[in-house]
Amino acid sequence: MTATHRHTPDTPLAEAPPPVLVDLSGRTAGTEPRARRARARQLVSRTLVPFALLALWQVAADRNWVSPDALPPPTVIIEAFAELIRTGELQSAIPTSLARSLVGLLFGAFTGLALGLFAGLWRVGEELVDAPLQMLRTIPFIAMIPLFIIWFGIGEEAKITLIYAATIFPVYLNTYAGVRGVDQKLIEAVRVFGLSPLEIAWRVIVPTALPSILVGLRYAAGVSLLALVAAEQINARSGIGFILLNANQFQRTDIIIAGIIVYALLGIVIDLVMRVIEHVSLPWRPSLVPA
Amino acid sequence: MSLHSPLSPATPRLVPSGAAPPPVAVELGGLRRVFGERAVLDGIDLTLRRGEFVSLLGPSGTGKTTLLRILAGLDRADGGTVRVAEARSVVFQEPRLVPAKRVWQNVVIGHRPNAEARRLAGAALEEVGLSRHADAWPKTLSGGEAQRVALARALAREPSLLLLDEPFAALDALTRIRMHDLVAQLWRRHLPAVLLVTHDVDEAILLSDRVIVLSGGGIAFDTAVDLPRPRQRSDRAFGVLRARLLAELGVGSAEGHG
Ligand SMILES: Nc1ncnc2c1ncn2[C@@H]1O[C@H](COP(=O)(O)OP(=O)(O)O)[C@@H](O)[C@H]1O
Ligand SMILES: [Mg+2]
Repeated sequence: MTATHRHTPDTPLAEAPPPVLVDLSGRTAGTEPRARRARARQLVSRTLVPFALLALWQVAADRNWVSPDALPPPTVIIEAFAELIRTGELQSAIPTSLARSLVGLLFGAFTGLALGLFAGLWRVGEELVDAPLQMLRTIPFIAMIPLFIIWFGIGEEAKITLIYAATIFPVYLNTYAGVRGVDQKLIEAVRVFGLSPLEIAWRVIVPTALPSILVGLRYAAGVSLLALVAAEQINARSGIGFILLNANQFQRTDIIIAGIIVYALLGIVIDLVMRVIEHVSLPWRPSLVPA
Repeated sequence: MSLHSPLSPATPRLVPSGAAPPPVAVELGGLRRVFGERAVLDGIDLTLRRGEFVSLLGPSGTGKTTLLRILAGLDRADGGTVRVAEARSVVFQEPRLVPAKRVWQNVVIGHRPNAEARRLAGAALEEVGLSRHADAWPKTLSGGEAQRVALARALAREPSLLLLDEPFAALDALTRIRMHDLVAQLWRRHLPAVLLVTHDVDEAILLSDRVIVLSGGGIAFDTAVDLPRPRQRSDRAFGVLRARLLAELGVGSAEGHG
């Protein structure tokens, strides 16, 4: 085909079907209520299913569709929460568990960060560190529990070490990838300005790799909770795990479920905290910068 | 490798006859750079003095960037002598700003971040007309603005040698014209030796005292531009020089360019 005119003589402009116009107008004053209504509808549709499930759960227990011993209804679980708070168990268990998780995470993240920077910034570091860590990371940390019990006993050390070991890898991998992902052209551009390798690492590479490092940290925070749950199965004498073990002995399904919910809430809180940290430390990220 | 000559900022560009010429900023003797089997640069001799504005033309792949990188200290020569001023800076085709640093911090990336650096950054940004954006993040700048920040960063170093590798190539035509004026003005004020790599013959004639054509691993053509400033593309002498340079570059028709 050769290039032709847009309107051939037998379809004059007047007879051609009018073009379909699409409204792409941005957020104007007129659309503001519409956006708010859309958000409200979204909220309703998002919460609809969870609430329906809760209601179904309650009804199932009330009508004896399931045994209340196996799955007590939400109302009973709320009572279990009240009991745990009344006796003070919950108030003392949460700080204990959280401390385990945070101490393990702190040391694990620090180790992962140090190793990631070492391997990312120096070739020697990569040769020394990367291959062994890539191998170790394939071990599911839960498989290490029996070994850790032999090594560290059943006290706090075993628990914290397990969390520590589990949180190193997410931070390491993301730090390493982040550092390696910094554009070589950028590093060259600043090298011309007489910065030493250490200054380049500190002033250019680490800040630029920070989004990736923080993703690793957020992931590690989640893993620390997972490791906490696993670690607290090792004969916990305090913490949320202790509540669960006790409840297990007395067949208190309601308290077990309450404990599981506490773990879940901790997970949500930790994730929120990490998101806030990301938001505060990355004001320059394009997605966060107003255009 | 580096040349520690006392390069005073007040060096006059036009030297009265009999006075000493301005200090040397670049001295190349028999420079070679080989990639694999191919000598991309094969015996380059070149001397640039402070205050000189030199454009480097040449077909794509002739080693202009390679030459610039060697002068910047980012690449090593395989042979010959390379002496360059220690205080030098580069502006690349892309701004190459650190996204995690504010504009002013990028400008003084080579300095210790303190109040003095902040003042220096302010002054450099003022010169490129971007004082307003000192606290902005690089990602919020337009292409032309980001490139002006890169220019401010290069100036903040008070270079004796300013290396420019197609710094205007990615800009739109209007922004490019403004950048030409800005670079010419900054050059007149600070008088570094400037080596501008460009593929735009008109740009080379508009801005420089001297145009060099790189070809086949060596300097194929080297001419002074003796036209009064500001230069007009419509000038007859401008046209003659353009035709000559295009011929040197192996482009047949001199008409219809730029
Ligand atoms: N690091 C490198 N390794 C191998 N070849 C290279 C390298 N850098 C440049 N070259 C080659 O050298 C030649 C000149 O490149 P370059 O200096 O970028 O050219 P120009 O800037 O003039 O377009 C090209 O053929 C390119 O492929
Ligand atoms: Mg090039």
